[in-house]
Amino acid sequence: MDNSEIIINLKGVSFLYHGNQSQRPVLDELNLQISRGERVGLIGPNGSGKTTLFHLLMGLLKPTQGDIEVFGKKRQQEKDFREVREKIGLLFQDSDDQLFCPTVAEDVAFGPLNLGKTQDEALEITRQVLKRLALEEFEDRLTYKLSGGEKRLISLATVLAMQPEVLVLDEPTTGLDEDTVERLIQILKSSKLTYLIASHNRDFLSKTTDIVYHLGRGKITRAT
Amino acid sequence: MHIDNFASGDSLLHRLDPRIKIVIALLFSVIVAVADKSLCLATAVCFSLALLFIARLSLREVFLRLLAVNAFILFLWLFLPFTYGGEKLFSIGPLNATREGIIYALLITVKSNTIVVALIALLATTPIITLGHALGHLYVPSKLIHLLFFTVRYLQVLHLEYDRLRAAMRIRAFKPGTNLHTYRSLAYLIGMLLIKSFDRADRIRKAMLCRGFHGEFYLLSHFELQKIDIVMLLIMMLVVGGMGSLQWIILK
Repeated sequence: MDNSEIIINLKGVSFLYHGNQSQRPVLDELNLQISRGERVGLIGPNGSGKTTLFHLLMGLLKPTQGDIEVFGKKRQQEKDFREVREKIGLLFQDSDDQLFCPTVAEDVAFGPLNLGKTQDEALEITRQVLKRLALEEFEDRLTYKLSGGEKRLISLATVLAMQPEVLVLDEPTTGLDEDTVERLIQILKSSKLTYLIASHNRDFLSKTTDIVYHLGRGKITRAT
Repeated sequence: MHIDNFASGDSLLHRLDPRIKIVIALLFSVIVAVADKSLCLATAVCFSLALLFIARLSLREVFLRLLAVNAFILFLWLFLPFTYGGEKLFSIGPLNATREGIIYALLITVKSNTIVVALIALLATTPIITLGHALGHLYVPSKLIHLLFFTVRYLQVLHLEYDRLRAAMRIRAFKPGTNLHTYRSLAYLIGMLLIKSFDRADRIRKAMLCRGFHGEFYLLSHFELQKIDIVMLLIMMLVVGGMGSLQWIILK
């Protein structure tokens, strides 16, 4: 595989929330390129549009203007993004949004089942992923009774169970204690995935990423 | 939160296959709701008390739940005896209480309590999530079951959100009273809760889309009938069937 293959390419992407015509756009003709194997950090003040950027990338929001190219193809319709969502895993800021099934096993199996795996295969993947994250004992636990840190790690498991090529993590360390953050760092370091992480935690970014960008005033710049 | 309060015990009823419990609870409730023969109802009362005994639940907790049910029934006692036509028994001022009205109110009281006790003993002894799966295997439409799952899952989250908002009000010295400020603040609280739920629903939908959701739900748990399940099913069917025949065949 070509290592410099560009898999995410945002060209002149702008985004404006409805009814905000008079205001400055959240994203203003923004450009971003990510190659396979790159580990990218994204830093920026609250409300600078990090979550918006991720939602655009996943096709949850549509850009006001500009092009989104993922895996070498221009993505415009809902249908184009279905393939994107199978290959890019997004970890949401609030784990309560991500974990909606009654039990951990069902939640982790949800993605694989949607991808057309059989029940047995889905269960097998679930056990493997939980084992890889050392979360085996959580399989039958109820999602709403987990602690904040446990919820975050299980959410990560639900994303990894889709066997994505790229991980996109939205503020993964918020509300986590030092041990859980350390666990997250180890998991990320040992994965071979391309990933993009938004965080306010510079220390965490410096340990997990090779390059850090700054998002501010709707543009992306190299962080210093 | 009171979800699954009774589900943690380890009695015969706790271990019974939830599918059987659902079927019996349904048949029992329907028969009790329409029955009017006293022998049939007496059997029903004995049956639900027997279930309660087998389930070994805390009687105090059950009693507290029944109090809530009977608070509603109290209103029936205020109106029914005086509005139902029949033989006059006594009067308070211009109001006449009838014998039929009192019997009717009594009947409703007995029926409701019998059904609630049986439901507590049969259904509350299974975790609600397991009940959902059992309903799935009884061919209840999956959309309804997932509605149940979502409700259970997010009731907790909403309750926490409500607690946070209430705490935020309290730390700024909010004391509820009978005044416009209280009503307005409580309305804000409810409005905020509604908007937050709406936003959350939207985020959950997005999270589901990101994981390839396309309108299909899958169930993972499966149940297997044990010998004891079949024996219990037969015994309970016999009692419920007996109640039915008392009502419609023997005492006709």
